[in-house]
Amino acid sequence: MEAIDRDTLARVIQTATQEVFSTMLGMEISCGEPFVERVPPAPSEGVVSLVGLAGQWVGTGCLCCSAAFACRICSRMLMVETDSVGEDVLDVIAEMTNMIIGNVKTGLEEHLGPMGLSIPTVVFGKNFTTKSVGDAEWSVCPFVSEEERLEVKICLAPCRKPHPMVRPGFLHTYSLQA
Amino acid sequence: MPPNVLIVDDSAAIRKILQRVLRQAEVPLGSLYEAGDGVQALEAMKNNSIDLVLSDINMPNMDGLQLLAQIRANPQWHGVRVLMITTEGNQARVMEAVGLGAAGYVRKPFTADQIKEKVLSLM
Repeated sequence: MEAIDRDTLARVIQTATQEVFSTMLGMEISCGEPFVERVPPAPSEGVVSLVGLAGQWVGTGCLCCSAAFACRICSRMLMVETDSVGEDVLDVIAEMTNMIIGNVKTGLEEHLGPMGLSIPTVVFGKNFTTKSVGDAEWSVCPFVSEEERLEVKICLAPCRKPHPMVRPGFLHTYSLQA
Repeated sequence: MPPNVLIVDDSAAIRKILQRVLRQAEVPLGSLYEAGDGVQALEAMKNNSIDLVLSDINMPNMDGLQLLAQIRANPQWHGVRVLMITTEGNQARVMEAVGLGAAGYVRKPFTADQIKEKVLSLM
């Protein structure tokens, strides 16, 4: 199984994001230059939505935007004016994450094999930091819509296979001894 | 008789959108019900007469395919049509849904016209 190259991954993310914004919200959103994030991100504020990916490759998909943009997205999706982050906004951002990363997943499966998608978790606040365990890189695709910025990020790594010397049901090689 | 419709999705936003789309589409409808997962959906079906189910696949507690299998396994619900509305694009999952007896499949993101067209085709 081949890994996916960064350009292809970026294209899949950009296509999925623009399709979701266009179809569900009737909003145009333009793509910025994709980049790779290696260092832990600085403390942020706003809305961060995370969803897990699992299969032969495992990782996380993430949507990040300001509270104001999240409210605007919610207003467009539900067609009700929303000016503060509450349950509706968090639910809408969770569903946007589900749709965008879900469609990214579908686009990646032809390269990486079948993957499952977890239920999204959405965080809203100020001065918080997110970090994934391990040292995998994040592919980041920035987008802009009416001067508001959105980032869609994906972090993927091959799933660690069980050690071939370990019998099923035993965690450690020393357990093989009689 | 206009059909009674059950919308099943763990996202309250999607449930609201689908309700709005169905009402604005001027599709002949009876009562509209909602459920947040397959377990709630089965409870709604036991307590109400449901003709059409619009269901997501990836949900907690009981997913859409498990719900579909439960509906198809119950002779009382033989005539209930189930339309899957989901981000799941994996071809194997689509075929699994069709094999289990889904009457149709709509990918998210969707337009109001796509929903209206599919629902009308099932009536």
